[in-house]
Amino acid sequence: MTELTKTGAAVGEPTPSGEGPRAFLDVRDLKVHFPTDDGLVKSVDGLSFQLEKGQTLGIVGESGSGKSVTSLAIMGLHRLGNRGKNVRMSGEIWLDGKELVSASPDEVRRLRGHEMAMIFQDPLSAMHPYYTVGNQIVEAYRVHHDVDKKTARRRAVELLDRVGIPEPDKRLNSYPHEFSGGMRQRAMIAMALVNNPELLIADEPTTALDVTVQAQILDLIRDLQKEFGSAVIIITHDLGVVAEIADDILVMYGGRCVERGPVDTIFYEPQHPYTWGLLGSMPRIDREQTDRLIPVKGQPPSLINVPSGCAFNPRCPYADVPKGGITRTERPELREVGGRHFTACHLSQEDRTRIWNEEIAPKL
Amino acid sequence: MISYIIRRAIAAVILLLVVTAVTFGIFFLLPRLAGQSPDQLAAQYIGKNPSPEDILAVKQNLGLDKPVYEQYWEFIKGIVSGATYNLGPTTAKCEMPCFGYSFKNHIEVWPQLVDRLPVTISLAAGAAVLWLLSGVAAGVISALKPGSFFDRAAMGVALAGVSLPMFFTGQLALLVFSYQLDIFGRTYVPFTENPSQWANTLFLPWCSLALLYSAIYARLTRSGMLETMNEDFIRTARAKGLKERKVVVKHGLRAALTPIVTVFGMDIGLLLGGAVITESVFSLPGIGQYAVQAITDNDLPPILGVTLLAAFFVVLCNLVVDVLYATVDPRVRLS
Amino acid sequence: MSETDTRAGTTAVTDDETPLLKVEGLVKHFPIKKGLLQRQAGAVKAVDGIDFEVRRGETLGVVGESGCGKSTMGRLITRLLEPSGGKIEFDGKDITHLGTSGMRPLRRDVQMIFQDPYGSLNPRHTIGTIVSAPFRLQGVEPEGGVKQEVQRLLELVGLSPEHYNRYPHEFSGGQRQRIGIARALALKPRMVVADEPVSALDVSIQAQVVNLMDDLQDELGLTYVIIAHDLSVVRHVSDRIAVMYLGKIVELADRDSLYASPMHPYTKALLSAVPIPDPRRRAAKSERILLRGDVPSPIAPPSGCRFHTRCWKATQICKSTEPPLIELRPGQRVACHHPENFEDQAPQDTVLLSAAKEAAALVADEVLAESAQTSAAVAAEKEKGPESSKEGAGTEAEAAAEEAAESASKEPGDT
Repeated sequence: MTELTKTGAAVGEPTPSGEGPRAFLDVRDLKVHFPTDDGLVKSVDGLSFQLEKGQTLGIVGESGSGKSVTSLAIMGLHRLGNRGKNVRMSGEIWLDGKELVSASPDEVRRLRGHEMAMIFQDPLSAMHPYYTVGNQIVEAYRVHHDVDKKTARRRAVELLDRVGIPEPDKRLNSYPHEFSGGMRQRAMIAMALVNNPELLIADEPTTALDVTVQAQILDLIRDLQKEFGSAVIIITHDLGVVAEIADDILVMYGGRCVERGPVDTIFYEPQHPYTWGLLGSMPRIDREQTDRLIPVKGQPPSLINVPSGCAFNPRCPYADVPKGGITRTERPELREVGGRHFTACHLSQEDRTRIWNEEIAPKL
Repeated sequence: MISYIIRRAIAAVILLLVVTAVTFGIFFLLPRLAGQSPDQLAAQYIGKNPSPEDILAVKQNLGLDKPVYEQYWEFIKGIVSGATYNLGPTTAKCEMPCFGYSFKNHIEVWPQLVDRLPVTISLAAGAAVLWLLSGVAAGVISALKPGSFFDRAAMGVALAGVSLPMFFTGQLALLVFSYQLDIFGRTYVPFTENPSQWANTLFLPWCSLALLYSAIYARLTRSGMLETMNEDFIRTARAKGLKERKVVVKHGLRAALTPIVTVFGMDIGLLLGGAVITESVFSLPGIGQYAVQAITDNDLPPILGVTLLAAFFVVLCNLVVDVLYATVDPRVRLS
Repeated sequence: MSETDTRAGTTAVTDDETPLLKVEGLVKHFPIKKGLLQRQAGAVKAVDGIDFEVRRGETLGVVGESGCGKSTMGRLITRLLEPSGGKIEFDGKDITHLGTSGMRPLRRDVQMIFQDPYGSLNPRHTIGTIVSAPFRLQGVEPEGGVKQEVQRLLELVGLSPEHYNRYPHEFSGGQRQRIGIARALALKPRMVVADEPVSALDVSIQAQVVNLMDDLQDELGLTYVIIAHDLSVVRHVSDRIAVMYLGKIVELADRDSLYASPMHPYTKALLSAVPIPDPRRRAAKSERILLRGDVPSPIAPPSGCRFHTRCWKATQICKSTEPPLIELRPGQRVACHHPENFEDQAPQDTVLLSAAKEAAALVADEVLAESAQTSAAVAAEKEKGPESSKEGAGTEAEAAAEEAAESASKEPGDT
């Protein structure tokens, strides 16, 4: 952990504690561990990144990679609910100059929904089935604004109209189940944006939607970000979605960041074997038909017994390339390999370039 | 919505008709099928050592010599529009709803039931308020801190509450608080006469009954809340920045209460048909006690009356629950 | 393996030219009851008259958005649901209304793989019990005993034979889907219908399962019907693809034609909506066709062409006449009056519906111009030399289209 910080500091990355924030959202060495009967679940294990307003960060990873827990931790939602009673969290989360890990739960609550808001994967289960859509948006507004119901309703209508719901003054009185999937997600977005949050976290916002609706929603998120100028985090497993919308990409594996950088570098010069694996696993509609996909062998790691050394080593085809079994004994540090491009891999720069150019890129 | 209510109401009426048919069958048809002659059947309505004249009179009065479907028709007609009985020299008009006469004391059944109903309602309503408040509250607190001391204690008490029979807890409460400490009275006084006396007598039965039920409700609420608090919409409510109390009550409890409403409707319906043991233990002159008396006396018409009344309440409460359900959960209205 | 591949391929073709599965006018309506007397007030027209066939040894992909009827279609052809109308023929035998006992022999030939690898495995049964269930149900005693056969199947799908006595919860999502596949393959089926077989799986695992299904097809000469919403996956696995919209097949074509030059505007919109994992394509976002609003209700689908309410090319004829699914190009069947990448089927009808004008506002000008261009080019080519088009199918299709157009132009007068 100290090593991580040291390296980071050397390249202008995570500063040692005690310093102020370096960005609008500055997450430093975030760890979120859940003690369970089976052992300690290290959902997030030392994650750092920055995000400025007006920028979009895409967090990519598979189930259990820790991407959702990261977003919940930023929102302060990780400790609420049955699972979070004994959660252990360390590190720093700076949002607009305020540190959230050490802040009191009530302070974080005041920011929640106001300065930072979240939209979820399945809008049907994420909205309360017994209250009208309008009621739920009005509630979200009135938590943070001392206004009467009428004013809040006007605001709700305004937002519903903005997210493209026809006849918003009538639809306000509908229940979530009376909306279509796409309309529900629009309403969710309206609810999240009702307080003009500066940080919007979207956790798999389009996974439950059809492609044509997904295109509409991604378009909407992009437009709204331009309009509101907020910082956006999109969490997804779909590389297509992040390619559409993100400025930066962070690839997570086993609770850690394995690669991070501007969207172009991640797609055109990926450095981590896991990122290569993701790109190879994906059938692509924009390329010539390939005969076979190149899957990542094996199964995702258990977060209780994360493999020692590099968490990816049991599945990595190049785990034996670096000498001395270092991939199994030593955890690789996140190192800068190019402009704002970081990767945590034991492979030498030459090996990575060679493998990418000779073995991976031609097959994609 | 209105068509839904009408549909449910029609279903309820049909259900009641079925219940009357079954009840009627048990009391009049089964003995016939089992080989009892109308005479033997009639004899039961008279008591020990009936004279042949008595039997004949009863037989004619009850129409026991008529075909079964005609008897059933008379029976239903009696309930709906009243009946006239030939009591030898005089005729008696039994006003609707007519459940016949007790053959022990020749008093109409229905007025007796009406007389006793307030007692049973008082008992059920008071206990219901108590057990809903205590059971739901205990369940919610337990669910919010599962595994905590309160949770374990509350669930322990709940287990005891379910396991201990009423004639134990009730008798014990009577012994301690009424006979020894003399805090609570033992003679039922109607609410209209003296409200404080009314509450004073009913307090022990309320608590004993509530202990039994709140135990069930605490467990029910706890499991419902545990499930609900893991729902996505709870996470959304928290993500809005709502205070935890509001998240729990407005978003969590509202959803968790729906199954409890169903069970509550059933329980109230059953209790209104007579809390037999509680009323006996505390000597409350309610429907349950009336039923016990009728059973010991082998007095069929009151038993029949109580059975039908109980069935009516259960059906009615279920109807109310269904309508309530549709009001609480907007998704139900569609189907 | 390539050897087995070609063998399976050739036998499939030479063996029999008739399709393995043939579906004609297949309909499934789910009644909706309403009111005091619960009379049937309407029906969800989940599948509303579709025709297609599945050839031996091929993979037919079925795509469409939720509610288009693709899953219902899958359950109909495996006869888990009773069709409301139409005809299903499997291997030349009419199976449309076969009862449980009549279906029994067929259950060996047709198997289904489900989306949810968690929900479709009984948590209280061991893997051995689950995979051997088909043997028990069918009363089949495989050579060498059930246990040995199950272990062989487990190996076949890439699991260890030692997993025989384990329970589903001990496996990850991808492994559970492998178990589901092993179970489906137990009785050596000829056709496997897979409903969203990989959509619940992680990307890296998805690829494993896709490759596995691919290998199994080569090895066992299976015929697949793969139902999925992910157009990239469908393109990867399928030989031919059917696109469904509101209970209808709007386009049915071989994979390459469909993806290279989609003819139905809906297919085109669907393809353009797929997010491309290539940030540089972001600049070219104008290719994207955004569709207006939502898919209409399948209870009261739009008249004529069901897509006309959201189509940017819709004219009067689209509202009044349902376009037939006709083979405009060899191997490419389309149900559209104004197809893309082909000559207009109803050129006399040029006035756009007002809804179409609104829809067109969401479509980039370049896309509109390009589609007009391609249609004109195809039309011009046809005019130049109709004799040069070698395919009889083309002219046949033209005749059919003309007929349709004629009847269409008459109809507005009637109404």
